[in-house]
Amino acid sequence: MTYIAKPRLIHPGLRKNKLGLTVRDYEGALSTLCAGCGHDSVTTGIIQAFHELDTPPHRVVKLSGIGCSSKTPTYFLRDAHGFNAAHGRMPSIATGASAANKQLTYIGISGDGDSLSIGLGQLAHAIRRNLDMLYVIENNGVYGLTKGQFSASADLGSKSKRGEANSYGAIDPVSLALSLGATFIARSFSGDKRQLVSILKAAIAHKGFALVDVISPCVTFNDHEGSTKSYRYTREHLTEIVHSDFVPLKEEITVDYEAGGAAAVTMHDGSVLLFTKVAEGYDPSSREAVFSYLMKHQASGKIPTGILYVDESGKDMHELNRTAETPLSEVGFETLCPGSAKLDELMDDFR
Amino acid sequence: MRWTVDCGYNLRSVKPTDVFDPNYFHKVVDCQYACPAHTNVPEYIRMIAQGRYTDAYMLNRETNVFPGILGRTCDRPCEPACRRTRVEEKPVAICRLKRVAADLRDDISERLPQIPTKKNGKRVACIGAGPASLTVANDLMPLGYQVTIFEKLDKAGGLMRSNIPHFRLPERVLDEEVDAILQMGVDIRYNKPVASMKALLDEGYDAVFVGTGAPRGKQLELPGRHETDSIHIGIDWLESVAFGHITKIEPRVLIIGVGNTARDCCRTSKRLGATDVKVIARRPRKYFKASPWELEDAEEEQVEILINHSPKRFVVENGKLIGMELDRLEWREEGGKQLSTIIDTVTIPCDAVILAIGQENSFPWIERDIGIEFDKKEMPLVDKKTFQCTRPGVFFGGDAAWGPENIIWAVAHGHEAAISIHNHCQGLPVTERPQQGMTLVSQKMGLHEWSYSNNYDEAARAKMRHVDLVERFKKLEIEVELGFDPEATAREVQRCLNCDVQTKFTDSLCIECDACIDICPLLCLTMTPNAEEPELRKQLTVPAENLKQELFVSGPLKQTKRVMIKDEDMCVHCSLCAERCPTGAWDMQKFELYLPHAGQASWTTSK
Ligand SMILES: Cc1cc2nc3c(=O)[nH]c(=O)nc-3n(C[C@H](O)[C@H](O)[C@H](O)COP(=O)(O)OP(=O)(O)OC[C@H]3O[C@@H](n4cnc5c(N)ncnc54)[C@H](O)[C@@H]3O)c2cc1C
Ligand SMILES: Cc1ncc(C[n+]2csc(CCOP(=O)(O)OP(=O)(O)O)c2C)c(N)n1
Ligand code: SF4
Ligand code: SF4
Ligand code: SF4
Ligand SMILES: [Mg+2]
Repeated sequence: MTYIAKPRLIHPGLRKNKLGLTVRDYEGALSTLCAGCGHDSVTTGIIQAFHELDTPPHRVVKLSGIGCSSKTPTYFLRDAHGFNAAHGRMPSIATGASAANKQLTYIGISGDGDSLSIGLGQLAHAIRRNLDMLYVIENNGVYGLTKGQFSASADLGSKSKRGEANSYGAIDPVSLALSLGATFIARSFSGDKRQLVSILKAAIAHKGFALVDVISPCVTFNDHEGSTKSYRYTREHLTEIVHSDFVPLKEEITVDYEAGGAAAVTMHDGSVLLFTKVAEGYDPSSREAVFSYLMKHQASGKIPTGILYVDESGKDMHELNRTAETPLSEVGFETLCPGSAKLDELMDDFR
Repeated sequence: MRWTVDCGYNLRSVKPTDVFDPNYFHKVVDCQYACPAHTNVPEYIRMIAQGRYTDAYMLNRETNVFPGILGRTCDRPCEPACRRTRVEEKPVAICRLKRVAADLRDDISERLPQIPTKKNGKRVACIGAGPASLTVANDLMPLGYQVTIFEKLDKAGGLMRSNIPHFRLPERVLDEEVDAILQMGVDIRYNKPVASMKALLDEGYDAVFVGTGAPRGKQLELPGRHETDSIHIGIDWLESVAFGHITKIEPRVLIIGVGNTARDCCRTSKRLGATDVKVIARRPRKYFKASPWELEDAEEEQVEILINHSPKRFVVENGKLIGMELDRLEWREEGGKQLSTIIDTVTIPCDAVILAIGQENSFPWIERDIGIEFDKKEMPLVDKKTFQCTRPGVFFGGDAAWGPENIIWAVAHGHEAAISIHNHCQGLPVTERPQQGMTLVSQKMGLHEWSYSNNYDEAARAKMRHVDLVERFKKLEIEVELGFDPEATAREVQRCLNCDVQTKFTDSLCIECDACIDICPLLCLTMTPNAEEPELRKQLTVPAENLKQELFVSGPLKQTKRVMIKDEDMCVHCSLCAERCPTGAWDMQKFELYLPHAGQASWTTSK
């Protein structure tokens, strides 16, 4: 790990956002991950996305489980709230936090091990409840933190660093989320920040559960010949089947998308997601169409990227459960804890 | 699909940077590049940090010859160029640190070049014993030349001796560094003004160097100028003071002009009895020629600066100067030009006036029929690279070549002229200059350890300590600046950003993981498809608007054929890019410029 602190010098040419903050105000502590880890790039993508969205850092809650990926919330938004949950248990904590205060922005960072092995059940239910959060899986096909064992997202036949082939099929988080009814599903690559940042911004603006699967190579344990999650392999097999631009609220839309045959989705906060280039026969608004497209193309070995599915009309957890508008932290003690007489009254109702 | 686009070279793209051209990395070392003599600043600052004062002194001496003198008086073009001025506000106190090395060094006599007892049979005459001629002698004596210096005065040093006052430059410091050269066996002839170039040439020297400076102070021909003897020419007056011919001045003194000379005249006046000293300037402050610190020094000594006043007439009554009439001006800008109008006229009483409005060259002693051509302004035609005039074998340098500059330029000229003289005497064309070269050495000591201090230090620029305002006026010789104390030195050396420790990139090793780009605190790095430079500059993580600073452009990268670009402008040489690079594609390597002086070989190592 680097011994020196990152100098707190600000390039005078750095753009300030509406809050007067530069991108460096969205940083966190210096990363302790391996040099070249894809996760650090995703961290930078998150920093840029929040800066570009003019989000006040202290209005964000960052949550994670266990893993190299789950360490990364420390490395962005030093002024945000945070919680490092037990392995695979981040969705429960996120659910509770969100229920208690729906006015904050929630972002969960997880790994393929954290989400698809130990935490698969938690992830499934967070999707099912349509928890209003951005959920990033930094997907490297291995348990990086525990020294590179195959994870559940490792492809069948992919080789480990020592040369053994993986004998199980992979759990694909995108197909999983599609089948569980997720309302925003995307895939990107840590090595393509332009696409990543654009997707992250749309995912943050989305109301409900936004799953972003980011191929994020483990440079130490899974970047060799024979790996299907290496920088090289990923670059050779990526195919951006949906190209979209995120246009924040109050910004003029300059593309004539109606004419170009492209589609636009208005997000719940009024920002717009413009689909400018979509593969032949693809419709990111139809769950069945996306599912069959993905199934059909799975054998080709290509890695489809972009905002693969989006549905802004779904009801999120707060609507479904009619949660309180006011954050519980702002509700007075009297109201939160009305006393034993009130409790008795309530209990009587159930008798 | 974006990853397969071929972004290799074509007409619309920038060629990969040739970092083995010494100029590229030299330019990154802003101070060294700005220094006319190209002193290796960061290296000597590190030596000072390690307490290696003598090494630091000798490294300075290699290029600037007079570290002790320059550590006090240099015009320091390096400081405004210092990277630190872009990253924060104030430059590293480069000049002051040079003085630290000079003050704390040990005896260097053992480390001075050996002078061959067997001479090479070539005789060189230098005219004038200023820094330009002394540098020529310094470079040629070790090569076996017999150098003779003809000097008008009875001491050596040029204006450093006759004009720079002792309270800025103690005589002891001057003597030591001038003597180091004279003691190489230079044949110096004092009180020998050269009155005829023709006669000198007839003496059969193999080469002649003219280092006579710009010895004539400019006149101000206004009514009353010659009716009194209380009006002095600045440089002549300072010379008289330096040699003890003048020891006092009247109480009320007006100094006309705002340059170097004016500053020294007013501070000297204050030490010779003047109580009321005013500097008269025609223009507003921002157009002053003097460096800001020069005026600060004068103002600290309660010298008043009157701007927007233009001299009109000396008021003389019965042969006695009683004041000066001045027009008060108002300035406005029109089409890039400053135009003035007169508001009114004022009279300022005074007992003496010193004219410090500039110096001129004057070569009445050079005959015009001996092949040395002059231009309309009576300046010799001198080649900018070889310093040779139109007569082969005769060279000019220092203030004599193109008018008044300063010491470090005189030294730089001296080195170049010495190369020409050496070529000329060896029968080589003077245009054949020895090639510069460079070395690059990795500074990596461990995974995250470097041989230099890569941690950015936020310390503010150290302040100079001065002798207090009462004490300093007691004697002309009291040096006002006390130098840095050990604490200030220790802090100041850490402010240097080690700009010579370069970020060296090897494109074949890069896996395009973005780690370097993500970590860089000043967002200097970008990977992007190649394009023409103006376009590239716009596409960077932070657009590169400082066109004075170069872009490094790599060759096409393996996976995507994009290029790695580094904007050199704001890099603080923190090494984080190299620490975060998983493959060692970035490394921190110390650049050393090989800068051959006379008699030193061209760089030959194959790239
Ligand atoms: C008041 C003042 C203050 C200055 N302060 C600074 C400063 O702080 N820092 C700085 O960098 N620069 C300063 N300068 C400028 C600097 O001193 C000169 O640029 C520098 O000395 C020029 O060096 P030189 O070798 O070309 O000539 P000079 O130093 O001018 O030396 C020329 C020598 O030639 C001799 N000479 C002239 N004609 C003849 C002849 N015909 N025969 C024989 N000998 C002759 C002269 O007597 C003199 O000794 C100052 C200048 C002045 C006037
Ligand atoms: C309950 C529990 N079981 C097992 C572990 C050991 N463990 C730590 S991290 C990890 C896997 C992390 O993999 P992933 O989520 O993919 O993160 P990566 O390091 O690859 O980013 C495991 C199994 C643990 N910390 N806690
Ligand atoms: S082990 Fe792998 S996942 Fe973990 S920090 Fe290192 S490169 Fe990243
Ligand atoms: S920081 Fe140091 S090396 Fe860099 S320009 Fe300034 S003095 Fe020179
Ligand atoms: S050394 Fe590297 S990381 Fe540091 S400022 Fe320079 S380019 Fe950026
Ligand atoms: Mg993993």
